[in-house]
Amino acid sequence: MDTHIQVKNLNVYYGKQQALKNVNIEIPKKQITVIMGPSGCGKTTLLKSFNRFLELTDGTQITGEVLVDGQNIYDREVDVTEVRKTVGLLAQRPSPLPMSIYDNVVYGMHIHKMKKDRKEYKAAVRHYLEIAGLWDEVGKRLHDPATGLSIGQQQRLCLARGLAVEPEIILGDEPTSALDPISSQNIEARLLDLKQQYTTVIVTHTLRQAKRLADHVIYMYMGEVIEAGPAKEVFTNPKHERTRQYLEGLF
Amino acid sequence: MGMKKNYWRRRHLMELFMKTLMRISLVGAAASLGLILWTVVARGLPALTWDMVTQSPKGGFYMGKEGGVLNAIIGSLYLALGGTLLAMLFSLPIALYLKTYLGSSKWGQYVRLSLDVLWGIPSIVYGAFGFTIMIAIGMRASLLAGIIVLALVELPIMVRAMDEVIRRMPADLEQAALALGSTRFEVAMRVVTRQMLPGIVTAILLAFGRGIGDAASVLFTAGYTDRIVTSLMRPTASLPLAVFFQLGSPFPEVQQRGYASALILTIIVLAVSFGSRWLASRLNKYTIK
Repeated sequence: MDTHIQVKNLNVYYGKQQALKNVNIEIPKKQITVIMGPSGCGKTTLLKSFNRFLELTDGTQITGEVLVDGQNIYDREVDVTEVRKTVGLLAQRPSPLPMSIYDNVVYGMHIHKMKKDRKEYKAAVRHYLEIAGLWDEVGKRLHDPATGLSIGQQQRLCLARGLAVEPEIILGDEPTSALDPISSQNIEARLLDLKQQYTTVIVTHTLRQAKRLADHVIYMYMGEVIEAGPAKEVFTNPKHERTRQYLEGLF
Repeated sequence: MGMKKNYWRRRHLMELFMKTLMRISLVGAAASLGLILWTVVARGLPALTWDMVTQSPKGGFYMGKEGGVLNAIIGSLYLALGGTLLAMLFSLPIALYLKTYLGSSKWGQYVRLSLDVLWGIPSIVYGAFGFTIMIAIGMRASLLAGIIVLALVELPIMVRAMDEVIRRMPADLEQAALALGSTRFEVAMRVVTRQMLPGIVTAILLAFGRGIGDAASVLFTAGYTDRIVTSLMRPTASLPLAVFFQLGSPFPEVQQRGYASALILTIIVLAVSFGSRWLASRLNKYTIK
Protein backbone atom coordinates (compact mmCIF):
# COMPACT_ATOMS: atom_id res chain seq x y z
CA MET A 1 0.00 0.00 0.00
CA ASP A 2 1.27 3.42 -1.04
CA THR A 3 0.78 5.68 1.99
CA HIS A 4 -0.14 9.33 1.44
CA ILE A 5 -1.04 10.48 4.96
CA GLN A 6 0.50 8.94 8.02
CA VAL A 7 -0.75 9.78 11.50
CA LYS A 8 1.62 9.12 14.39
CA ASN A 9 0.62 9.20 18.08
CA LEU A 10 -1.93 11.92 17.51
CA ASN A 11 -3.68 13.27 20.60
CA VAL A 12 -6.15 16.15 20.46
CA TYR A 13 -7.65 17.95 23.43
CA TYR A 14 -10.46 20.52 23.44
CA GLY A 15 -9.69 22.22 26.72
CA LYS A 16 -9.55 19.34 29.20
CA GLN A 17 -11.57 16.96 27.08
CA GLN A 18 -9.59 14.49 25.00
CA ALA A 19 -11.09 14.15 21.52
CA LEU A 20 -8.48 11.87 19.95
CA LYS A 21 -6.52 9.24 21.86
CA ASN A 22 -3.19 8.17 20.47
CA VAL A 23 -4.26 7.72 16.86
CA ASN A 24 -1.91 5.83 14.54
CA ILE A 25 -3.15 5.23 11.01
CA GLU A 26 -2.08 5.29 7.38
CA ILE A 27 -4.19 6.59 4.54
CA PRO A 28 -3.53 5.11 1.10
CA LYS A 29 -2.79 7.20 -1.96
CA LYS A 30 -5.44 7.70 -4.65
CA GLN A 31 -8.14 5.68 -2.93
CA ILE A 32 -11.23 6.60 -0.99
CA THR A 33 -10.85 6.20 2.74
CA VAL A 34 -14.02 6.43 4.79
CA ILE A 35 -13.95 7.34 8.46
CA MET A 36 -17.03 6.09 10.28
CA GLY A 37 -18.32 5.74 13.78
CA PRO A 38 -21.07 7.01 16.07
CA SER A 39 -21.51 10.75 16.63
CA GLY A 40 -18.93 12.29 18.90
CA CYS A 41 -16.37 9.56 18.23
CA GLY A 42 -13.81 12.01 16.86
CA LYS A 43 -14.10 11.33 13.14
CA THR A 44 -14.47 14.97 12.16
CA THR A 45 -11.65 15.91 14.55
CA LEU A 46 -9.39 13.39 12.83
CA LEU A 47 -10.39 14.74 9.41
CA LYS A 48 -9.73 18.33 10.42
CA SER A 49 -6.29 17.43 11.73
CA PHE A 50 -5.31 16.81 8.07
CA ASN A 51 -5.78 20.43 6.93
CA ARG A 52 -4.87 22.05 10.26
CA PHE A 53 -8.42 23.25 10.85
CA LEU A 54 -8.32 22.19 14.50
CA GLU A 55 -6.27 25.25 15.43
CA LEU A 56 -9.15 27.50 14.36
CA THR A 57 -10.92 26.55 17.59
CA ASP A 58 -9.58 28.24 20.72
CA GLY A 59 -8.14 26.02 23.41
CA THR A 60 -7.24 23.10 21.15
CA GLN A 61 -4.09 21.18 21.97
CA ILE A 62 -2.45 18.83 19.53
CA THR A 63 0.43 16.42 20.10
CA GLY A 64 1.87 13.89 17.66
CA GLU A 65 2.48 14.05 13.95
CA VAL A 66 0.52 14.10 10.71
CA LEU A 67 2.81 13.33 7.79
CA VAL A 68 1.74 14.16 4.24
CA ASP A 69 4.21 12.60 1.81
CA GLY A 70 6.56 12.21 4.76
CA GLN A 71 6.42 15.86 5.82
CA ASN A 72 4.94 16.64 9.24
CA ILE A 73 2.38 19.37 8.56
CA TYR A 74 2.57 20.52 12.19
CA ASP A 75 6.26 21.35 11.83
CA ARG A 76 7.18 24.94 12.70
CA GLU A 77 8.55 25.80 9.27
CA VAL A 78 5.51 24.49 7.39
CA ASP A 79 3.32 27.16 5.76
CA VAL A 80 -0.27 26.47 6.77
CA THR A 81 -1.64 28.03 3.56
CA GLU A 82 0.40 25.52 1.55
CA VAL A 83 -1.00 22.68 3.66
CA ARG A 84 -4.54 23.82 2.94
CA LYS A 85 -3.79 24.27 -0.74
CA THR A 86 -2.57 20.66 -0.89
CA VAL A 87 -5.40 19.32 1.26
CA GLY A 88 -8.81 20.56 0.05
CA LEU A 89 -11.99 20.41 2.11
CA LEU A 90 -15.59 19.82 1.11
CA ALA A 91 -17.63 21.00 4.07
CA GLN A 92 -20.85 19.63 5.46
CA ARG A 93 -22.92 22.50 4.13
CA PRO A 94 -21.84 24.25 0.94
CA SER A 95 -20.69 27.78 1.64
CA PRO A 96 -20.19 29.77 -1.55
CA LEU A 97 -18.16 32.97 -1.27
CA PRO A 98 -20.04 36.27 -1.66
CA MET A 99 -19.23 36.62 -5.36
CA SER A 100 -20.23 35.29 -8.77
CA ILE A 101 -20.01 31.65 -9.84
CA TYR A 102 -16.94 32.48 -11.93
CA ASP A 103 -15.21 34.36 -9.11
CA ASN A 104 -15.87 31.51 -6.70
CA VAL A 105 -13.91 29.09 -8.88
CA VAL A 106 -11.20 31.59 -9.72
CA TYR A 107 -10.73 32.80 -6.11
CA GLY A 108 -8.22 30.13 -5.00
CA MET A 109 -6.26 30.29 -8.25
CA HIS A 110 -5.99 34.07 -7.86
CA ILE A 111 -4.67 34.09 -4.32
CA HIS A 112 -2.08 31.45 -5.20
CA LYS A 113 -1.31 33.22 -8.53
CA MET A 114 -1.60 29.95 -10.39
CA LYS A 115 -2.22 31.17 -13.95
CA LYS A 116 -0.64 33.74 -16.24
CA ASP A 117 -3.52 35.64 -17.82
CA ARG A 118 -7.30 35.98 -18.07
CA LYS A 119 -7.54 33.46 -20.86
CA GLU A 120 -5.87 30.77 -18.77
CA TYR A 121 -8.10 31.53 -15.79
CA LYS A 122 -11.19 31.35 -17.98
CA ALA A 123 -10.19 28.01 -19.42
CA ALA A 124 -9.41 26.67 -15.95
CA VAL A 125 -12.81 27.77 -14.62
CA ARG A 126 -14.53 25.90 -17.41
CA HIS A 127 -12.34 22.84 -16.89
CA TYR A 128 -13.09 22.53 -13.16
CA LEU A 129 -16.79 23.27 -13.56
CA GLU A 130 -16.88 20.43 -16.10
CA ILE A 131 -15.11 18.09 -13.71
CA ALA A 132 -17.63 18.98 -11.01
CA GLY A 133 -20.46 18.31 -13.48
CA LEU A 134 -21.78 21.84 -13.26
CA TRP A 135 -20.72 23.42 -16.55
CA ASP A 136 -23.85 22.44 -18.49
CA GLU A 137 -26.01 24.09 -15.83
CA VAL A 138 -24.06 27.31 -15.24
CA GLY A 139 -21.86 27.82 -18.32
CA LYS A 140 -24.18 30.52 -19.63
CA ARG A 141 -24.54 32.44 -16.35
CA LEU A 142 -21.07 32.47 -14.87
CA HIS A 143 -21.45 36.01 -13.59
CA ASP A 144 -24.62 35.39 -11.62
CA PRO A 145 -24.37 35.28 -7.83
CA ALA A 146 -23.37 31.86 -6.52
CA THR A 147 -26.15 32.03 -3.95
CA GLY A 148 -28.72 31.74 -6.73
CA LEU A 149 -27.77 28.09 -7.27
CA SER A 150 -29.60 25.21 -5.62
CA ILE A 151 -27.91 23.72 -2.60
CA GLY A 152 -26.79 20.65 -4.58
CA GLN A 153 -25.31 22.88 -7.29
CA GLN A 154 -23.60 24.95 -4.61
CA GLN A 155 -21.90 21.86 -3.25
CA ARG A 156 -20.62 20.95 -6.72
CA LEU A 157 -19.44 24.56 -7.10
CA CYS A 158 -17.53 24.16 -3.83
CA LEU A 159 -16.01 20.98 -5.26
CA ALA A 160 -14.91 22.84 -8.41
CA ARG A 161 -13.55 25.68 -6.30
CA GLY A 162 -11.57 23.24 -4.18
CA LEU A 163 -10.18 21.31 -7.15
CA ALA A 164 -9.12 24.53 -8.89
CA VAL A 165 -6.22 25.06 -6.48
CA GLU A 166 -4.86 21.65 -7.57
CA PRO A 167 -4.90 19.78 -4.27
CA GLU A 168 -3.57 16.24 -3.90
CA ILE A 169 -5.97 15.29 -1.15
CA ILE A 170 -9.73 15.91 -0.87
CA LEU A 171 -11.35 15.82 2.55
CA GLY A 172 -15.12 15.46 2.80
CA ASP A 173 -16.85 16.20 6.09
CA GLU A 174 -20.21 14.46 5.55
CA PRO A 175 -20.33 16.27 2.21
CA THR A 176 -23.79 15.02 1.26
CA SER A 177 -25.61 15.30 4.57
CA ALA A 178 -27.30 18.60 3.67
CA LEU A 179 -28.28 17.47 0.16
CA ASP A 180 -31.29 15.78 -1.39
CA PRO A 181 -30.86 12.16 -2.60
CA ILE A 182 -30.26 13.05 -6.25
CA SER A 183 -27.64 15.71 -5.44
CA SER A 184 -26.02 13.29 -3.00
CA GLN A 185 -25.76 10.65 -5.73
CA ASN A 186 -24.26 13.27 -8.01
CA ILE A 187 -21.55 14.19 -5.48
CA GLU A 188 -20.82 10.53 -4.78
CA ALA A 189 -20.44 9.87 -8.50
CA ARG A 190 -17.94 12.78 -8.75
CA LEU A 191 -15.90 11.44 -5.84
CA LEU A 192 -15.74 7.99 -7.45
CA ASP A 193 -14.65 9.57 -10.76
CA LEU A 194 -11.96 11.57 -9.05
CA LYS A 195 -10.39 8.88 -6.94
CA GLN A 196 -7.88 7.90 -9.62
CA GLN A 197 -6.31 11.33 -9.30
CA TYR A 198 -6.84 12.32 -5.70
CA THR A 199 -6.46 10.78 -2.30
CA THR A 200 -9.92 11.12 -0.79
CA VAL A 201 -10.93 10.97 2.86
CA ILE A 202 -14.63 11.08 3.68
CA VAL A 203 -16.37 11.24 7.03
CA THR A 204 -19.85 9.77 6.96
CA HIS A 205 -22.45 8.60 9.39
CA THR A 206 -24.39 6.59 6.85
CA LEU A 207 -23.20 3.05 6.57
CA ARG A 208 -24.65 2.56 3.11
CA GLN A 209 -22.70 5.52 1.78
CA ALA A 210 -19.55 4.11 3.38
CA LYS A 211 -20.13 0.80 1.60
CA ARG A 212 -20.72 2.51 -1.75
CA LEU A 213 -17.58 4.65 -1.60
CA ALA A 214 -14.92 3.06 0.54
CA ASP A 215 -11.77 1.33 -0.61
CA HIS A 216 -10.37 1.65 2.86
CA VAL A 217 -12.20 2.05 6.18
CA ILE A 218 -11.36 3.53 9.55
CA TYR A 219 -13.76 2.77 12.37
CA MET A 220 -13.59 5.01 15.43
CA TYR A 221 -15.20 4.92 18.83
CA MET A 222 -14.79 7.36 21.74
CA GLY A 223 -11.75 9.08 20.24
CA GLU A 224 -9.91 5.90 19.41
CA VAL A 225 -9.35 4.09 16.15
CA ILE A 226 -10.85 0.65 16.76
CA GLU A 227 -10.21 -0.85 13.37
CA ALA A 228 -8.70 0.21 10.05
CA GLY A 229 -8.18 -1.72 6.85
CA PRO A 230 -9.37 -2.46 3.31
CA ALA A 231 -13.13 -2.02 2.97
CA LYS A 232 -13.73 -5.61 1.87
CA GLU A 233 -12.11 -7.04 4.96
CA VAL A 234 -13.65 -4.64 7.45
CA PHE A 235 -17.17 -4.91 6.06
CA THR A 236 -17.23 -8.70 5.58
CA ASN A 237 -15.01 -9.85 8.38
CA PRO A 238 -14.45 -7.23 11.10
CA LYS A 239 -11.79 -8.23 13.57
CA HIS A 240 -13.17 -6.23 16.43
CA GLU A 241 -16.39 -6.89 18.34
CA ARG A 242 -17.36 -3.17 18.40
CA THR A 243 -16.96 -2.81 14.64
CA ARG A 244 -19.15 -5.87 14.09
CA GLN A 245 -21.83 -4.44 16.37
CA TYR A 246 -21.72 -1.08 14.56
CA LEU A 247 -21.98 -2.71 11.15
CA GLU A 248 -24.96 -4.74 12.32
CA GLY A 249 -26.60 -1.58 13.50
CA LEU A 250 -26.61 -2.56 17.16
CA PHE A 251 -25.77 0.99 18.23
CA MET B 1 -70.93 19.71 -0.43
CA GLY B 2 -70.69 23.10 1.20
CA MET B 3 -67.31 24.20 -0.09
CA LYS B 4 -68.51 27.56 -1.35
CA LYS B 5 -67.12 30.49 0.51
CA ASN B 6 -69.59 32.20 2.84
CA TYR B 7 -68.33 35.76 3.28
CA TRP B 8 -70.65 36.36 6.21
CA ARG B 9 -68.99 33.82 8.51
CA ARG B 10 -67.30 35.39 11.49
CA ARG B 11 -63.73 34.39 10.65
CA HIS B 12 -64.00 35.82 7.15
CA LEU B 13 -65.54 39.04 8.43
CA MET B 14 -62.74 39.30 10.98
CA GLU B 15 -60.10 38.90 8.29
CA LEU B 16 -61.80 41.48 6.08
CA PHE B 17 -61.97 43.91 8.99
CA MET B 18 -58.31 43.50 9.93
CA LYS B 19 -57.13 43.70 6.35
CA THR B 20 -59.03 46.96 5.90
CA LEU B 21 -57.52 48.33 9.07
CA MET B 22 -54.00 47.53 7.84
CA ARG B 23 -54.72 49.15 4.50
CA ILE B 24 -56.01 52.31 6.16
CA SER B 25 -52.81 52.58 8.23
CA LEU B 26 -50.66 52.10 5.15
CA VAL B 27 -52.58 54.66 3.12
CA GLY B 28 -52.44 57.09 6.05
CA ALA B 29 -48.67 56.83 6.29
CA ALA B 30 -48.16 57.13 2.54
CA ALA B 31 -50.55 60.07 2.36
CA SER B 32 -48.75 62.04 5.06
CA LEU B 33 -45.44 61.54 3.27
CA GLY B 34 -47.10 62.70 0.07
CA LEU B 35 -48.62 65.74 1.78
CA ILE B 36 -45.30 66.75 3.32
CA LEU B 37 -43.59 66.53 -0.04
CA TRP B 38 -46.48 68.36 -1.70
CA THR B 39 -46.40 71.21 0.83
CA VAL B 40 -42.66 71.66 0.53
CA VAL B 41 -42.71 71.55 -3.26
CA ALA B 42 -45.82 73.69 -3.75
CA ARG B 43 -44.71 76.42 -1.40
CA GLY B 44 -40.97 76.18 -1.92
CA LEU B 45 -40.65 75.76 -5.67
CA PRO B 46 -41.80 79.31 -6.62
CA ALA B 47 -39.12 80.79 -4.36
CA LEU B 48 -36.41 78.36 -5.40
CA THR B 49 -34.42 80.65 -7.63
CA TRP B 50 -30.88 80.29 -8.91
CA ASP B 51 -29.85 82.90 -6.36
CA MET B 52 -31.07 80.67 -3.51
CA VAL B 53 -28.41 78.04 -4.18
CA THR B 54 -25.60 80.30 -5.38
CA GLN B 55 -25.59 83.23 -2.95
CA SER B 56 -25.34 83.97 0.73
CA PRO B 57 -28.21 85.81 2.41
CA LYS B 58 -28.42 89.56 2.26
CA GLY B 59 -30.17 91.25 5.13
CA GLY B 60 -29.05 89.49 8.28
CA PHE B 61 -29.84 86.06 9.73
CA TYR B 62 -31.94 84.99 6.77
CA MET B 63 -34.47 87.74 7.46
CA GLY B 64 -33.75 89.49 4.19
CA LYS B 65 -35.61 88.89 0.97
CA GLU B 66 -32.49 88.87 -1.18
CA GLY B 67 -29.64 86.48 -1.73
CA GLY B 68 -29.75 82.75 -0.94
CA VAL B 69 -28.81 80.03 1.48
CA LEU B 70 -25.54 78.84 -0.03
CA ASN B 71 -23.83 79.37 3.33
CA ALA B 72 -26.35 77.01 4.96
CA ILE B 73 -26.04 74.37 2.21
CA ILE B 74 -22.26 74.34 2.51
CA GLY B 75 -22.41 74.49 6.30
CA SER B 76 -24.82 71.56 6.50
CA LEU B 77 -22.72 69.46 4.14
CA TYR B 78 -19.57 70.20 6.18
CA LEU B 79 -21.37 69.46 9.45
CA ALA B 80 -22.90 66.19 8.26
CA LEU B 81 -19.77 65.01 6.43
CA GLY B 82 -17.53 65.85 9.39
CA GLY B 83 -19.91 64.35 11.92
CA THR B 84 -20.32 61.19 9.86
CA LEU B 85 -16.56 60.77 9.39
CA LEU B 86 -15.90 61.31 13.09
CA ALA B 87 -18.71 58.93 14.08
CA MET B 88 -17.31 56.34 11.65
CA LEU B 89 -13.90 56.56 13.26
CA PHE B 90 -15.42 55.44 16.55
CA SER B 91 -18.31 53.27 15.34
CA LEU B 92 -16.35 50.67 13.44
CA PRO B 93 -14.01 49.79 16.35
CA ILE B 94 -16.95 49.75 18.78
CA ALA B 95 -18.98 47.49 16.50
CA LEU B 96 -16.00 45.16 15.99
CA TYR B 97 -15.29 45.09 19.73
CA LEU B 98 -18.95 44.29 20.42
CA LYS B 99 -18.80 41.35 18.03
CA THR B 100 -15.33 40.04 18.81
CA TYR B 101 -15.06 40.39 22.56
CA LEU B 102 -18.49 41.07 24.02
CA GLY B 103 -20.70 39.01 21.70
CA SER B 104 -24.02 38.20 23.31
CA SER B 105 -22.59 38.31 26.83
CA LYS B 106 -24.19 40.30 29.66
CA TRP B 107 -21.86 43.23 28.98
CA GLY B 108 -22.63 43.07 25.29
CA GLN B 109 -26.33 43.36 26.07
CA TYR B 110 -25.69 46.33 28.39
CA VAL B 111 -23.70 48.14 25.73
CA ARG B 112 -26.44 47.53 23.15
CA LEU B 113 -29.10 48.71 25.56
CA SER B 114 -27.22 51.92 26.34
CA LEU B 115 -26.72 52.57 22.62
CA ASP B 116 -30.45 52.14 22.07
CA VAL B 117 -31.14 54.58 24.91
CA LEU B 118 -28.70 57.07 23.35
CA TRP B 119 -30.48 56.61 20.03
CA GLY B 120 -33.72 57.69 21.67
CA ILE B 121 -32.40 60.82 23.39
CA PRO B 122 -33.74 63.98 21.71
CA SER B 123 -31.04 65.84 19.85
CA ILE B 124 -31.75 69.10 21.72
CA VAL B 125 -30.38 67.29 24.80
CA TYR B 126 -27.19 66.51 22.88
CA GLY B 127 -27.05 70.17 21.89
CA ALA B 128 -27.50 71.36 25.47
CA PHE B 129 -24.92 68.85 26.68
CA GLY B 130 -22.43 70.03 24.06
CA PHE B 131 -23.14 73.64 24.95
CA THR B 132 -22.50 73.00 28.69
CA ILE B 133 -19.14 71.44 27.92
CA MET B 134 -18.24 74.24 25.51
CA ILE B 135 -18.90 76.83 28.23
CA ALA B 136 -16.86 74.82 30.72
CA ILE B 137 -13.81 74.76 28.44
CA GLY B 138 -14.35 78.23 27.05
CA MET B 139 -15.10 77.20 23.49
CA ARG B 140 -17.32 79.30 21.20
CA ALA B 141 -19.96 78.05 18.81
CA SER B 142 -18.10 76.70 15.79
CA LEU B 143 -18.13 74.21 12.94
CA LEU B 144 -15.88 71.93 15.00
CA ALA B 145 -18.22 71.93 18.00
CA GLY B 146 -21.17 71.22 15.71
CA ILE B 147 -19.31 68.34 14.08
CA ILE B 148 -18.46 66.80 17.46
CA VAL B 149 -22.05 66.99 18.73
CA LEU B 150 -23.44 65.64 15.44
CA ALA B 151 -20.97 62.75 15.68
CA LEU B 152 -22.42 61.98 19.12
CA VAL B 153 -25.95 62.04 17.70
CA GLU B 154 -24.96 59.74 14.82
CA LEU B 155 -22.78 57.33 16.80
CA PRO B 156 -25.51 55.11 18.31
CA ILE B 157 -27.32 54.81 14.97
CA MET B 158 -24.15 53.85 13.18
CA VAL B 159 -22.89 51.37 15.78
CA ARG B 160 -26.21 49.55 16.05
CA ALA B 161 -26.63 49.33 12.28
CA MET B 162 -23.04 48.03 11.86
CA ASP B 163 -23.50 45.64 14.77
CA GLU B 164 -26.44 44.01 12.98
CA VAL B 165 -24.40 43.68 9.79
CA ILE B 166 -21.42 42.12 11.54
CA ARG B 167 -23.61 39.76 13.54
CA ARG B 168 -25.20 38.47 10.36
CA MET B 169 -21.79 37.42 8.95
CA PRO B 170 -22.09 33.68 8.21
CA ALA B 171 -19.57 31.72 10.29
CA ASP B 172 -18.81 29.19 7.53
CA LEU B 173 -17.60 31.86 5.17
CA GLU B 174 -14.20 32.48 6.74
CA GLN B 175 -13.58 28.75 7.03
CA ALA B 176 -14.47 28.23 3.38
CA ALA B 177 -11.86 30.79 2.34
CA LEU B 178 -9.25 29.48 4.79
CA ALA B 179 -9.76 25.93 3.47
CA LEU B 180 -8.55 27.12 0.06
CA GLY B 181 -5.27 28.28 1.58
CA SER B 182 -6.08 31.97 2.13
CA THR B 183 -4.16 33.96 4.68
CA ARG B 184 -6.21 35.73 7.35
CA PHE B 185 -5.52 39.01 5.57
CA GLU B 186 -6.86 37.69 2.27
CA VAL B 187 -9.97 36.45 4.04
CA ALA B 188 -10.51 39.90 5.55
CA MET B 189 -9.87 41.84 2.33
CA ARG B 190 -11.44 39.61 -0.29
CA VAL B 191 -14.26 37.84 1.54
CA VAL B 192 -15.33 39.53 4.80
CA THR B 193 -15.25 43.02 3.29
CA ARG B 194 -17.30 41.95 0.29
CA GLN B 195 -19.89 40.40 2.53
CA MET B 196 -20.19 43.31 4.96
CA LEU B 197 -19.52 46.39 2.81
CA PRO B 198 -23.12 46.94 1.60
CA GLY B 199 -24.47 46.92 5.14
CA ILE B 200 -21.73 49.22 6.41
CA VAL B 201 -22.29 51.68 3.57
CA THR B 202 -26.00 51.68 4.40
CA ALA B 203 -25.27 52.29 8.09
CA ILE B 204 -23.05 55.26 7.26
CA LEU B 205 -25.54 56.86 4.87
CA LEU B 206 -28.40 56.33 7.32
CA ALA B 207 -26.44 58.21 9.96
CA PHE B 208 -25.54 60.93 7.44
CA GLY B 209 -29.22 61.42 6.61
CA ARG B 210 -30.05 61.78 10.29
CA GLY B 211 -27.16 64.19 10.84
CA ILE B 212 -27.84 66.57 7.98
CA GLY B 213 -31.47 67.10 8.94
CA ASP B 214 -30.88 67.77 12.60
CA ALA B 215 -31.48 71.35 13.78
CA ALA B 216 -31.58 71.09 17.55
CA SER B 217 -28.11 69.71 18.12
CA VAL B 218 -26.38 72.42 16.06
CA LEU B 219 -28.45 75.36 17.34
CA PHE B 220 -26.17 76.14 20.28
CA THR B 221 -23.05 74.37 19.15
CA ALA B 222 -22.48 75.41 15.51
CA GLY B 223 -24.25 78.75 15.82
CA TYR B 224 -25.42 80.69 12.77
CA THR B 225 -23.96 83.25 10.46
CA ASP B 226 -24.57 84.87 7.11
CA ARG B 227 -21.13 84.01 5.82
CA ILE B 228 -19.81 80.85 4.27
CA VAL B 229 -17.73 79.10 6.89
CA THR B 230 -13.99 79.19 6.27
CA SER B 231 -12.52 77.69 9.43
CA LEU B 232 -13.28 74.87 11.84
CA MET B 233 -13.21 77.37 14.70
CA ARG B 234 -15.81 79.74 13.20
CA PRO B 235 -19.59 79.45 13.51
CA THR B 236 -21.44 78.03 10.52
CA ALA B 237 -24.93 78.20 9.09
CA SER B 238 -26.98 75.06 8.51
CA LEU B 239 -30.08 74.28 6.45
CA PRO B 240 -32.39 73.11 9.25
CA LEU B 241 -31.74 76.35 11.16
CA ALA B 242 -32.21 78.42 8.01
CA VAL B 243 -35.64 76.81 7.63
CA PHE B 244 -36.37 77.48 11.30
CA PHE B 245 -35.46 81.18 11.16
CA GLN B 246 -37.09 81.90 7.82
CA LEU B 247 -40.38 80.23 8.71
CA GLY B 248 -40.43 82.18 11.96
CA SER B 249 -40.35 85.48 10.08
CA PRO B 250 -43.54 87.54 9.86
CA PHE B 251 -42.99 88.31 6.15
CA PRO B 252 -44.69 85.93 3.67
CA GLU B 253 -41.81 86.33 1.16
CA VAL B 254 -39.28 85.19 3.74
CA GLN B 255 -41.53 82.34 4.83
CA GLN B 256 -41.68 81.18 1.24
CA ARG B 257 -37.89 81.25 1.11
CA GLY B 258 -38.04 79.01 4.18
CA TYR B 259 -40.04 76.45 2.19
CA ALA B 260 -37.49 76.72 -0.59
CA SER B 261 -34.70 75.98 1.91
CA ALA B 262 -36.73 73.02 3.21
CA LEU B 263 -37.09 71.80 -0.36
CA ILE B 264 -33.32 71.97 -0.84
CA LEU B 265 -32.78 69.99 2.37
CA THR B 266 -35.42 67.44 1.35
CA ILE B 267 -33.78 66.99 -2.03
CA ILE B 268 -30.37 66.38 -0.41
CA VAL B 269 -31.84 63.84 2.06
CA LEU B 270 -33.81 62.07 -0.69
CA ALA B 271 -30.75 61.95 -2.93
CA VAL B 272 -28.68 60.43 -0.12
CA SER B 273 -31.29 57.82 0.73
CA PHE B 274 -32.01 56.85 -2.86
CA GLY B 275 -28.28 56.84 -3.56
CA SER B 276 -27.64 54.54 -0.64
CA ARG B 277 -30.47 52.22 -1.72
CA TRP B 278 -29.04 52.02 -5.20
CA LEU B 279 -25.47 51.49 -3.98
CA ALA B 280 -26.50 48.86 -1.44
CA SER B 281 -28.50 46.90 -3.99
CA ARG B 282 -25.58 46.94 -6.40
CA LEU B 283 -23.09 45.88 -3.74
CA ASN B 284 -25.58 43.40 -2.31
CA LYS B 285 -25.90 41.38 -5.48
CA TYR B 286 -23.37 38.78 -4.43
CA THR B 287 -23.63 38.73 -0.65
CA ILE B 288 -24.72 35.65 1.24
CA LYS B 289 -28.13 36.30 2.77
